Amino acid sequence: MSSTSASFDPRVLRAPHPVPGAPDNWKRFFTFNTDAKVIGIQYIALALFFLLVGGLLAMIMRGELITPPADLVDPSVYNGLYTMHGTVMLFLFLFPILNGFNNLLIPPMIGAPDMAFPRLNALAFWLFPLFGTILMVSFFVPGGPSTSGWWAYPPLSTQNPLGLFVNGQFLWILAVALSGVSSIMGAVNFVTTILRMRAPGMGWFRLPIFCWTAVAAQVIQLVGLPVLTGGAVMLLFDLSFGTSFYQPEGGGDPMLYQHFFWFYSHPAVYVMALPVFGIFSELFPVYARKPLFGYEFVAVASFGITFLSLIVWVHHMFYSGTPQWMRNLFMATTMLIAVPTGIKVFAWIATLWRGRLRLTTAMLFCLGGLINFIFAGITGVMLATVPVDIHVGNTYFVVGHFHYVIFNTLTFGVFAAIYHWFPKFTGRLMYEGLGKLHFVLTFVGSTLNFLPMHWAGLMGMPRRVASYDPEFALANVLASLGAFLLGVAMIPFLLNLVSSWARGERASANPWQAIGLEWLLPSPPPLENFEEDVPTVLNGPYGYGLNRPLVADEARYIARANASPAPTPTPASTPRRPEP
Amino acid sequence: MSATPRGSHDAHGGHGGHGGHNLTGMVIFLLSESVIFLAFFAGYAVLKVSSPIWRPEGVDGLAVREPLINTIVLVSSSFVAWFAETRLRRGQLWAFRAVWLLTMAMGTWFVIGQAIEWRELAFGLGSGVFGATFYLLTGFHGLHVITGLLLMALMLWRSFQPGNYDGGEAGVTSVSLFWHFVDVIWVVLFLLLYVWQR
Repeated sequence: MSSTSASFDPRVLRAPHPVPGAPDNWKRFFTFNTDAKVIGIQYIALALFFLLVGGLLAMIMRGELITPPADLVDPSVYNGLYTMHGTVMLFLFLFPILNGFNNLLIPPMIGAPDMAFPRLNALAFWLFPLFGTILMVSFFVPGGPSTSGWWAYPPLSTQNPLGLFVNGQFLWILAVALSGVSSIMGAVNFVTTILRMRAPGMGWFRLPIFCWTAVAAQVIQLVGLPVLTGGAVMLLFDLSFGTSFYQPEGGGDPMLYQHFFWFYSHPAVYVMALPVFGIFSELFPVYARKPLFGYEFVAVASFGITFLSLIVWVHHMFYSGTPQWMRNLFMATTMLIAVPTGIKVFAWIATLWRGRLRLTTAMLFCLGGLINFIFAGITGVMLATVPVDIHVGNTYFVVGHFHYVIFNTLTFGVFAAIYHWFPKFTGRLMYEGLGKLHFVLTFVGSTLNFLPMHWAGLMGMPRRVASYDPEFALANVLASLGAFLLGVAMIPFLLNLVSSWARGERASANPWQAIGLEWLLPSPPPLENFEEDVPTVLNGPYGYGLNRPLVADEARYIARANASPAPTPTPASTPRRPEP
Repeated sequence: MSATPRGSHDAHGGHGGHGGHNLTGMVIFLLSESVIFLAFFAGYAVLKVSSPIWRPEGVDGLAVREPLINTIVLVSSSFVAWFAETRLRRGQLWAFRAVWLLTMAMGTWFVIGQAIEWRELAFGLGSGVFGATFYLLTGFHGLHVITGLLLMALMLWRSFQPGNYDGGEAGVTSVSLFWHFVDVIWVVLFLLLYVWQR
């Protein structure tokens, strides 16, 4: 605190947007603020809150599953738990936290002062607490939350036994639809920003991979999400207004919903995965001190993934009466997607090869995530195979597989990104000791939690059950212990976040000796990043060990970034640009 | 008030000033929005082809004459909107406002015509998948028409603000594009709902 007040400039009191160093700094996070860096932190903080909510639901489920009979919670409550766990983790944790990174990272990485549409950006964010609240409220309505799983397949999801208009399923659809609206707003904003606001000289093949993957992921949002929204609107009509789009007795077709749902919800995995591939591609070169191997291939492979992800969705429906020719077709496309992802994996391994590895917490999470992703990829190709999928579909093998993707890879990547960019945006370093403890607990916990699930699934344990045969007991005890360990792992993480933000060591402009436009800014960056003085990009990213400048006049930017650890705005920079 | 902020944007690598972002954003949004209609069209086609019970009893089909007139009005309004834009580009502000208002009148005609048609139909939302898809598709499109009308009203109101067009068309092109989109979607809808009846 003392250092903050020492550098306090009375001019900031007149600034319409409080800036780092101002005494009421924290209040801006609770306002309709249009600054992308504030919105980014808003997204990340709220998403981490929902990670705890989703994790709590998971731990109640694992508490139930630690013994074979259904003794801790009622089986119908259990149905609500897994539905809400999945929905919270996807729509309230991973999507928003990655949008948070997009907000924080895209403008500085491309040298833009802010997003293209700052007010739309703030609106997209403020829908998030709204639909988050709607989903949480559904726990307290008569009949409880939705119990139809996060797929919400009809006819299960269109049953309304209590006959109430506002029921758990209704609120679930409403929340998912609002989440979709928010995501589309975000997607329009991110794509426009990257298309139109890049620094001079920053052509496509000088763009950081994180931005490539952000565009690739947001294109999926733009193409896929409307289909889910359309399908969800029809589901809502069936549930609440007596139509029969999906009711066979009224001439409808329940399979139609499955197509709508998976047309988006399979690619949605890549909406979450692509930015994490971007994070891996950004971090491995920094901590291996080598250029990213095959940069152009890694960049273009992102769009290969985008394209292929849109033509694989029927692999979720191999056992839904899908004709054999269709199964074969979608098996082939699903396996093809291993090619662009494989390109990325090989590029990361080649980047690490004979590099001078620095095992910081961020790097450990990246390495752990990479190992887990290779495993998840192997089980993914297994599941793409029709006979294997029909055998293990809807068993714990599938649950284990996608948790290896969603948690052991993507959430690892999210943690890595937090440790890596935290000093840039808060001006403080995180504690490495607590970070490494967090990593060890998370790695051991997640392996214990999700690895035995594969085994239980291969033995035939079905998913979405509150009780099971005692032959699966050992795998479930291990998984439950792992889940509780993951809960414990959050303690050092949260402690680290709060404590280092409040009193951590001051970070320099570039604590990891990384190369990138964002590292040419002070930590934390000023309100409009480079403002008018946008550097001209001369070379592609990741020039580690190549002795070439990233931008013209690099020394001046570095000197300026180091000169002002906690910048105060000049009066000229404080008025916001009006959004025409 | 607009000189300084625009200046700060021209510094961004010659990718155009801030004014162009609106149009980029609108194009991206419309590409995405077209997919939701595509989903509804696909759902309609699947249900129409495969449903064992398509039309409810006593419903023979849809009358085409009145909707065809509405269609002609709506599609022509696109050309009128384009004409309004050309007036604006030539700086004929009052001509722009008049022609723009005519576009809005034609759009309003369409919405009213749609409402009259809805009121006179013999089937409702709950009348099987035929009724449900009909009201869903026309209703969702109607919402877009109303949105377009509101956006055009906003543009009309803003045209009275002094200096609104100093740095470009300030949204008129984007709204115009939205309107063309709504019209193209209607043409497809008309073909699916009214022409493809057998």
